[in-house]
Amino acid sequence: MTRLDERFRALRASNEKALICFVTAGDPSPKATVEIIATLAKAGVDAVEIGIPFSDPLADGPSIQASSQRALQAGMTVSRALETIAQARRSVPPHFPIVVMTYYNPILRYGLERYAADAKAVGVDGHIVTDLTPEEADEWKRLSEANGLDTIFLLAPTSTPQRIEIVTRLSTGFVYCVSRTGVTGARNEVPAELTEVVTRIKSCTDLPVCVGFGVSAPEHVRQIAAFADGVVVGSRLVDLIHKHRDEPHLCAVVHDFTSKLKAATRG
Amino acid sequence: MTAIPARDVREGHSADAVPDRRGRFGRFGGRFVPETLIPALDELTIEYERARHDPEFQHELDAHLRDFVGRPTPLYFAARLSEHYGARIYIKREDLCHTGAHKINNTMGQILLARRMKKPRIIAETGAGQHGVATATVCARFGLECEVYMGAEDVQRQALNVARMRLLGARVTPVTSGTATLKDATNEAMRDWVTNVRTTHYIIGSVVGPHPYPMLVRDFQSVIGRETREQILQREGRLPDIVLACVGGGSNAMGMFYPFLQDTSTRLIGVEAAGEGLHTGRHCAPLTAGTVGVFQGSQSYLIQDADGQVAPSHSISAGLDYPGVGPEHAYLKDTGRATYVSITDAEALAALQQLAHLEGIITALETAHAYAYLEYLRPHLTPDTLVVINNSGRGDKDMNTVINALGL
Repeated sequence: MTRLDERFRALRASNEKALICFVTAGDPSPKATVEIIATLAKAGVDAVEIGIPFSDPLADGPSIQASSQRALQAGMTVSRALETIAQARRSVPPHFPIVVMTYYNPILRYGLERYAADAKAVGVDGHIVTDLTPEEADEWKRLSEANGLDTIFLLAPTSTPQRIEIVTRLSTGFVYCVSRTGVTGARNEVPAELTEVVTRIKSCTDLPVCVGFGVSAPEHVRQIAAFADGVVVGSRLVDLIHKHRDEPHLCAVVHDFTSKLKAATRG
Repeated sequence: MTAIPARDVREGHSADAVPDRRGRFGRFGGRFVPETLIPALDELTIEYERARHDPEFQHELDAHLRDFVGRPTPLYFAARLSEHYGARIYIKREDLCHTGAHKINNTMGQILLARRMKKPRIIAETGAGQHGVATATVCARFGLECEVYMGAEDVQRQALNVARMRLLGARVTPVTSGTATLKDATNEAMRDWVTNVRTTHYIIGSVVGPHPYPMLVRDFQSVIGRETREQILQREGRLPDIVLACVGGGSNAMGMFYPFLQDTSTRLIGVEAAGEGLHTGRHCAPLTAGTVGVFQGSQSYLIQDADGQVAPSHSISAGLDYPGVGPEHAYLKDTGRATYVSITDAEALAALQQLAHLEGIITALETAHAYAYLEYLRPHLTPDTLVVINNSGRGDKDMNTVINALGL
């Protein structure tokens, strides 16, 4: 039973949906990232996705592209991201799930085997590797299993029934449903086809299905929480952190923004 | 199945031919993309397999290549260049293709596939602008909407090609993210494709990207090598000893090399851009100076730092200014079937000038890298050595760069 499994079980018991928040490791600084993650946990956020930045984030929109570039320019690396996570782990309650979201090349270059062991050691619970689909993930899946790490694969509105079968079979922790064809980034509305996409996925699996890409406001969270098991908010939070990066009340702003999102997940 | 392939480019090749069903060339290739794109890649793979075995498709493609592109292109005996180097040197004149480079061989094939898949919108990335122009050209020819992503830096240094694309009715979108060159244009094209995948076909311009692109671009470009092989046999009664081509992503080289792969007496040499010199770190020579990584959809050699971040590349030629390379080239390097070398900006410029003086051909800066390697081959050449160089494109687009570099 991983931290993600425990969290989703507890949420089900209290008839709540999960709020998962994304932040880029090292934007604006490793120290701020640790403080922000501690704040997220206090605000009632159910899990955090920490982005290990990559130079060529082809699934990301302008907000996370810019955030990744800022973090890299400030010297973020895979090793430093793991150190940051180690500190974050010590600053959150013991059962708080920490998931890494990244691209394949940085962890491939670090060495898959060494990376999986080091990630486990600093307290990572699982991974979303945006450009790694199940067909290319044999080795990664084996190493994640060996280290007790969840592998969260993605599904999209374009996914066929065969894809849904493969992805739900190989995912653990939860399944990440991309809300629309497109890249990450705040949008103004929830796509009409989303209910049907999530329902299709849920008919194939007992795993929680969480929706991300384009979710940015409490009303989106409320709408999606009606049919999915959780929502992921990234770009809007990353922008907010950037906007208030030099201000003493940065954590208060983050707390205020995310606690309102969390309230929208409670029926 | 009753359909008999009119002309299977892979005919006669063994069953263990690459890529395999997963798009693997040995340990290279594959499909490393967001989930959203997988169904589109599956659709493209299936449609391409159908088209490849459809005599009507082959017939249509051949007719367009003949009447619109101007194929076959000549194989020209370069008498003065031969005399200069003391060998028999032939030039495959891909610069004489419509639009001035080999790129249109691929865009013509892919636009016919897009029509079969009923996708009304086309997107492309471009570096030097040659692929963008070739895409804009076939889109105009068939009346499809066209958007071309181009690094903002390349928009500056390739102004002539930007104007050509716009004149052909394409929308040219400058890309300012990252290093504002070809790799970032490719990222942006991928982002567009992820967003508009249901209505849009992405015409990738080189033998890079996720499966099936490296295979299908190779197949469409291999018309270069097929013609060359026939022409040289006709002219010389034997196969060449050496075949030279420049390598950025590697489409002209792959198209030239592929039909010669079984001819083991022919040495295949790919020439990368060493930029300001491999030791300066300012180059685009992943095969000669890179390491294995996953980038823009496939596993191959890559210019990257110790942390797996893709390093900025540099070349005087926008078309070679790319940190990755096609996975089949990585495979040919590892198997030893092809050799990869590199040439600096200065050496390429000198070769461009020399070719203009000796043969009356102003070649592209990219292509000039292949000619420059003749200097290194010179000690090994004899009057009987038969060399073929793929003259992948013409140099008009590079005149501004050349004027600045040479003070003309």
